[in-house]
Amino acid sequence: MRLAGDSEVSTLETPIGPATGRPPFLSQLHEWVTTVDHKKLGSMYVVCGIIYMIIAGLEASMMRWQLAWPGQTVLTPEEFNRLFTMHGTTMVFFVGMPILLGSANIMIPLMIGARDLAFPRLNAFGFWLFLFGSILLYFSYFGGQGLYGMGSAPDVGWFAYAPLTERTYSRGHSTDYWILGIFVAGIGSTATGINFIATILGMRCRGMTLMKMPLFVWIMLVDAILIVIALPPLAAAQIMLLFDRLLGAHFFDAQAGGSALLWQNLFWFFGHPEVYILILPAFAYVTEIIPVFSRKVIFGYPLMVAATVAIGFISLGVWVHHMFSVGLSPLINAIFMASTMLVGVPTGIKMFNWTATMIGGKIRFDTPMLFSIGFLCQFLMGGLTGIFLATVPFDWQVSDSYFVVGHFHYVLFGGLIFGILAATFYWYPKVTGRMMSETLGKWQFWLLIIGFNMTFGAMHVSGLLGMPRRIYTYQTERGWDLWNLLTSIGVIFQIAAFTLFAINLLHSAFKGRRAGDDPWDAWTLEWSTTSPPPAHNFDEDPVVYSRRPLWDLKHPEDPDWKYE
Amino acid sequence: MMPAGILGWVMAASCSAAAAPIAPPTPSMFDPMGEPASIILNITWLLIGICGAIAVVMFTLIGYAIIRCRAVEGDDREPAQIYGSSPIELAWTVIPLMIVFVLCMVSARGIFELELETPPEGATEITVTGHRWWWEFEYEDLGIITAGELHVPLDDNSVADMFLTLKSADVIHSFWVPQLGGKTDVIPDRINHLWLQGNRAGTFVGQCAEYCGTQHAHMLIKVIVEPREQFDAWVATQQKDAVEDPAVAQGKHLFLRTSCINCHTVRGTVANGTFAPDLTHLMSRSEIGSGVAPNTPENLREWVFDPQNIKPGCDMPSMKLTRDEVDLICAWLETLK
Repeated sequence: MRLAGDSEVSTLETPIGPATGRPPFLSQLHEWVTTVDHKKLGSMYVVCGIIYMIIAGLEASMMRWQLAWPGQTVLTPEEFNRLFTMHGTTMVFFVGMPILLGSANIMIPLMIGARDLAFPRLNAFGFWLFLFGSILLYFSYFGGQGLYGMGSAPDVGWFAYAPLTERTYSRGHSTDYWILGIFVAGIGSTATGINFIATILGMRCRGMTLMKMPLFVWIMLVDAILIVIALPPLAAAQIMLLFDRLLGAHFFDAQAGGSALLWQNLFWFFGHPEVYILILPAFAYVTEIIPVFSRKVIFGYPLMVAATVAIGFISLGVWVHHMFSVGLSPLINAIFMASTMLVGVPTGIKMFNWTATMIGGKIRFDTPMLFSIGFLCQFLMGGLTGIFLATVPFDWQVSDSYFVVGHFHYVLFGGLIFGILAATFYWYPKVTGRMMSETLGKWQFWLLIIGFNMTFGAMHVSGLLGMPRRIYTYQTERGWDLWNLLTSIGVIFQIAAFTLFAINLLHSAFKGRRAGDDPWDAWTLEWSTTSPPPAHNFDEDPVVYSRRPLWDLKHPEDPDWKYE
Repeated sequence: MMPAGILGWVMAASCSAAAAPIAPPTPSMFDPMGEPASIILNITWLLIGICGAIAVVMFTLIGYAIIRCRAVEGDDREPAQIYGSSPIELAWTVIPLMIVFVLCMVSARGIFELELETPPEGATEITVTGHRWWWEFEYEDLGIITAGELHVPLDDNSVADMFLTLKSADVIHSFWVPQLGGKTDVIPDRINHLWLQGNRAGTFVGQCAEYCGTQHAHMLIKVIVEPREQFDAWVATQQKDAVEDPAVAQGKHLFLRTSCINCHTVRGTVANGTFAPDLTHLMSRSEIGSGVAPNTPENLREWVFDPQNIKPGCDMPSMKLTRDEVDLICAWLETLK
């Protein structure tokens, strides 16, 4: 089978150019635009995700400048409200989603010994929908002005509660851009989710039964199923909102008989699985990295699979914990409190199993492992404050306060972003063929540990002291000055850390040490091919006998399949 | 690596809140002023205990791994491969399940204690309406409508119970005064109830906790808990119509001639708008613009001249009055004690 994006094809189509070295710029560009290769699409997802991460990080930095001291006027209220809306929307939909889809895109076929995803063209379609969806959202900064001269970017918050999003309260077209941008990207994500499921279920190499799949692939399978279940309700709700705004419907128009809570139910029915969709990939990354750097097999593989499936299942039944303060009946609140706490059990199992994998190992503290340990510690904190928030009476105090902001940043930044950084340092050599700088990586790690914990640790305190989220300024008498200043100072460390990261990424792409096939002495299939892998991934179809095919190769005297 | 730090901060926060001066203190949930807030704080201490213990166990294990299980330079042998252990894994499945069970039982009790359908005995009943971006308080039994500042009396046992009926005039808001209890959302197509309690005289602050648009940050709440006599005096004043003072008739006339009256009510005059705060007893309130500025003569003049300078985005427009006209109107407003 010949794939349209294979490099030989492009070379044939563009005979003009230097006889040696790179093809001319235009044909390279043509190749990136028309490619259906999972590694190229995956890399484009990740690169776009990192660019959006920098944009959304700058948006957050501007908010922290405004809030560093009470009563500042760096930003107008409208500008501030747009910034937190764009920061949240970007981070969830255009940083978390593309990086998870990109990493799964690159790694799933390599780990299961396949040549590409099941539907390569659908995969390309998904990527371009994501990219144009995100551009549509950001175009609102230029085109959202609308007839009334109101607003530019959306300013309704990333969960866009009705009826604030109705035409009465949100003039102009900024909210329409928010709806359409995410809607378009969401179609792409759903398509890619279906693609992952088909690939994992149908394209594993010989010998790789479901219970011999790397845990990365298992977790991504559950993740893809969650994507397919959770994103359509969001799309439906957004279409209803679009009807309200453009065609005069009244689904969420409380003054005309619509229901404000309907939006919350629909949104969080998507929104809560969504946060698991975002954090599960981080689990996937560290579940591969921790064993390799501890030199030990993952502890309790079957229970890890069960815990993953349990998390996916329970996460579909906890969404009302975002709505504890809307005045539902005590019974409903108690039931969703129980289901929310229950999800802590499989998550706890994972924490224990990761730690048990490290204990008794011979841990090498390379950068991927450092970020994984950072992930463990910070995700633990975020998980424990999650138990706090699941407790309804406590939630009545701190929901919608900075405590919640601190909590979900510990999960999504301390967890997901640290996982992404670990994964970047770990798989960068496989994707580019070159190592990232360990020195810069370690500097980045420590700067980020300091900055992250300063910023988001202090947020917990401002929340406990009564500071609500999403306020553009506050009064000095409230006693929140110190904590806000600390939060803002932490941002400086984080900016330094991410600057080092950007330098490292770019510099290592050209000057990094050559990686070789298997720089970390790892065990899964992707390390058996070249770095970067050829377009067809493997010269021969791999055959596996255990969960760690490369361990079996390296230790023929003591192979895994004897014990599984 | 961080739990000690965070817990330390929480403790420090509670201590600093307790040491803060009386009025108005930091709205810290660690400084409860009544039963609902105390019930929540007790559950919080339980949570801190249990989650703190879990954190200690986990960090000890992780710390042990980091310190004791390092690779040694030059040692190329792989460690023993341990694939799992059913008894151990069963233990860390069952023990967390039991912890979750206990926590659920304790907290469910708290939910049923706090979520009241009917007012507790002797509670002051107030209808709270959230507007963009200010709070309207209506005492239906007493025939009083006011804004921004909620007055409640202490009873003979020195307890001030309040039972709020929460409504919204536009989008979703959330009523939150941390020292008196938890928050409840204020939703346009729903009527919610909230039980709060203060157990000593004082001023307790809070603010809207659900993002509601441009000026969400300036939708502040003040709850003034006061002895019965003081409250009765306040009620007596509030029940009267606006003061008539011939000395400032010119300002009153100007006010009634401009479109101020489309939104504001001043009882005893033709001004009967309901879109904006009732001004009948404006000067009995210590702040203007829902807490955006103290109610001083200069601030009031600046506010009437152009509210958009003080609270950008708020619904009150500048009426394009001259400074002299503003002075006249404010001179009249200042008599509305």
